[in-house]
Amino acid sequence: MSTAEVVAGKCGEAGRMGKDVRSDCHVTVELRSQGGVTVELKSRVGAFYGDAIRAQVQSVLRDLGVAYARVAVIDEGALPFVIAARVEAAVRRAGAGEGKKSLPEKAAHKGGTAQDRLRRSRLYLPGAEPKYFINAGLHGPDAVILDLEDSVHANEKDTSRVLVRNALREVDFGAAERMVRINQLPMGMQDLEEVVPEQPDLILIPKVEHAKQVIEVDQAITQIAQRLGLTQPMWLMPILESALGIENAFAIATASDRVVALTIGLEDYTADLGVAKTKTGEESLYARMRLVNAARGAGLQAIDSVFGDVGDIDGLAKWGEQSRSLGFEGMGCIHPMQIPVIHKAFAPTASEIEKALKIVAAFDEAQAKGTGVVSLGSKMIDAPVVLRAVKLVERAKQMGIV
Amino acid sequence: MADAVKTAEMVRNAVGRLVPSVVNGREEVAFPGVDEYRPSGKKAAPAVRSNADYPKNGDKRVPDLLTALKKCGLSDGMTISSHHHLRDGDRVALEALQLAASLGVKDLRWFPSASFPCHAPVIDLMERGVVHHIEGSMNGPLGDYCSHGKMRGHGVLRSHGGRWQAIQDGEVHVDIAVIAAPTADLFGNANGVQGKSACGGLGFALADSMYADKVIVVTDNLVPFPCVPWQIQGNNVDYVVEAPSIGDPSKIVSGTTQITRSPDRLKIAQMVAQFLKVTGIMRDGFSFQAGAGGIALAFVDYLRGYMREAGVKARFVRGGSTKYLVEMLQEGLMDYILDGQTFDLDGVRSMGTDARHIMTSPFTSYNFHGKGNIASQVDAVVLGATEVDVNFNGNVVTHSDGRLLHGIGGWQNCLYAGCTILALPSFRDRIPVIVDEVTTLTGPGELIDVIVTERGIAINPRRQDLLDAVKGSALPVRPIEEIKDEVEKICGGKPQKARLTDEPVAVVKWVDGTVLDTIWKVEE
Repeated sequence: MSTAEVVAGKCGEAGRMGKDVRSDCHVTVELRSQGGVTVELKSRVGAFYGDAIRAQVQSVLRDLGVAYARVAVIDEGALPFVIAARVEAAVRRAGAGEGKKSLPEKAAHKGGTAQDRLRRSRLYLPGAEPKYFINAGLHGPDAVILDLEDSVHANEKDTSRVLVRNALREVDFGAAERMVRINQLPMGMQDLEEVVPEQPDLILIPKVEHAKQVIEVDQAITQIAQRLGLTQPMWLMPILESALGIENAFAIATASDRVVALTIGLEDYTADLGVAKTKTGEESLYARMRLVNAARGAGLQAIDSVFGDVGDIDGLAKWGEQSRSLGFEGMGCIHPMQIPVIHKAFAPTASEIEKALKIVAAFDEAQAKGTGVVSLGSKMIDAPVVLRAVKLVERAKQMGIV
Repeated sequence: MADAVKTAEMVRNAVGRLVPSVVNGREEVAFPGVDEYRPSGKKAAPAVRSNADYPKNGDKRVPDLLTALKKCGLSDGMTISSHHHLRDGDRVALEALQLAASLGVKDLRWFPSASFPCHAPVIDLMERGVVHHIEGSMNGPLGDYCSHGKMRGHGVLRSHGGRWQAIQDGEVHVDIAVIAAPTADLFGNANGVQGKSACGGLGFALADSMYADKVIVVTDNLVPFPCVPWQIQGNNVDYVVEAPSIGDPSKIVSGTTQITRSPDRLKIAQMVAQFLKVTGIMRDGFSFQAGAGGIALAFVDYLRGYMREAGVKARFVRGGSTKYLVEMLQEGLMDYILDGQTFDLDGVRSMGTDARHIMTSPFTSYNFHGKGNIASQVDAVVLGATEVDVNFNGNVVTHSDGRLLHGIGGWQNCLYAGCTILALPSFRDRIPVIVDEVTTLTGPGELIDVIVTERGIAINPRRQDLLDAVKGSALPVRPIEEIKDEVEKICGGKPQKARLTDEPVAVVKWVDGTVLDTIWKVEE
């Protein structure tokens, strides 16, 4: 094997170990020029999966074309998709496996996407922390965001990319829409190369200030999709996180047909303004309303930022209710406990639904009678009010509350 | 005795488990099935004593524990008992055994109501021949010692009720009971609700005080007669020892009990509470029991919310009491807490001051050889387990690799509740919790009704009433096999079988004293 001769002796490490680490493993790969592949394993679950782990390591190395290596695995109960990702990342760091991938079996995905599907809650999952991936879908978010950007340390971008790619193949996220937040370009291009082939439903682009950033990502996706013959839609959600981004909101919203929603990142935005971020959000009111207006103007969803204090459920509920009243259709979450609170906040109230149902019924009645005038009791109902009621009922049905 | 262990004849019990017919030299009955065994004969009893032999002024003090042990006639081969209300803060049990060592005594049987990590130095006493073996829960280093076949006798694991039954039926005769008491008077009346080492009730020491030949009370809060309430009656006590400290208060009870923040565990807890609501088990006058584990505490918190919403009040709740139960009692969401052990300071305070917060003992709560108990009158109980199998059999005593992990506690006794719910994550560290067959059978599946995991709820097919009750609800009820298959897929296939030897190191007793299963020596 020629590559092995070239790089023999080189080492690569990936993953984490230690008493407090769960569902992860640490892998060291030392390339050799002979002697096959040897696997040294220390595992919390060795009595149950020791043989399986050893076999998996061998199989990943075969996929990556590595014939001679010493591999040491310290396993803290990692699931197979994690072990595969850590081994692959370690091999790549050792300078081998160029142009090859070891892809775990692809599981069937129950979730679906559509341009205007419900996006009330989207749960951020740090891309370097596999333990949070496993049960994320069970908590019923409308979407999960596998994050490669801010939650991933600069030194772990390469390993997290592989991990997120494997998670997209193997982890069951239930009915959630599967989103990936990439890094800013140009680094984001590497992210796209790794994850786009696994067909996430949506790509979040961070720190967007100009339409051309969106266009670049759009083109990159299109290229990869064409190369691989992918036909499934892949949406974009630009994140506006600066004053300039907010000023260019409409241009960004209309930069690509893939854009389905605009969202705002308030940590960066308030930092850009040089103001403190508060729990009531007066300092970002203009930006948020500007974003809502731009999004609606482009026929898109407006999605709010995250609420950072996981312990403050009441504060979150208030934020969510205000956010809905401004025209947002959802927000981010950083803990599964926030999901039901957000869903409740973005749901129409019982009296709103009741009123809307009456208006829709009156509209249907008017249609049946062939009259253009819709009236409820003694009041005449304007066409926009009817439209809003129809939309509200439709959304309430999607939320399962009608 | 080690040889006797090895040559004991093995028999298959009614659930197909291979169990020794002789344990520590005593003939045992193999488990014949749930409710099949009937005891005969009379209860055991200590010798009749005379007031003439005890001080008229009631002052039973002796200078120290060593003197007390000597006066009790401590000698080779005796059985020394202790209770675990001081949990990991206990200093008394170990001290008694170490004093025995200083007297050159050998081959003791230590019979604690449970052991904790603080008792790990007993390993050294076993190595030196002072302690022959332990009959009581073993975990951590003690569990490993036993699992590796280093203990000279069989370990015998009993439930809290089973321990009372064994003492009462004369299966285990306690020679000397050493009772650590947070408060006591000169006469030996004692309680756990007062003093710097307060722990709540002292129910686990009650049988020992009634049936042992000799009873020593050790306290670090001596009060003039009468010590009230007297959870332990001085009339059963031989000697009282005043000690500077019986334990480390910070490890006896936790200052504050924290609910888990793990979203998966919270989800499980919420589903359990929803299950009680949907099935109508949560109704006015109902009763429940839940422990102090993370899921159990969160369950209580969710249930509290549902009870408030529905305006429902429980008649009684069985503790392990915690802040959460105490708050519910004060809020008027229940009439009584019937408390077996007290887990935090709020619980201790409440038992000491609120007449509706009652101490129970394993006799009233759990003993199976009596005229009924509380456990079977509880409407629903929420428990944990290390494993459960597709036939709803449960394991709480061993890890999936066969090593001793937990004591039984009241777990077996609680299975008699109207609805027994095991609340568990579906896998831990890649190890599936739902398996084809449990490593160690601790509870027969016919008594386990519901398994709640983060991936769904499995209802025992024997409970058609519960299956009917959840019909049409939003609860994710699924066949247990389906959950098992899903988890095995996530974990990358079925786990390898645990490697165990054919050498028994301990047995699991059922609530009636029959032998339910064997714990085998693990491979080195």
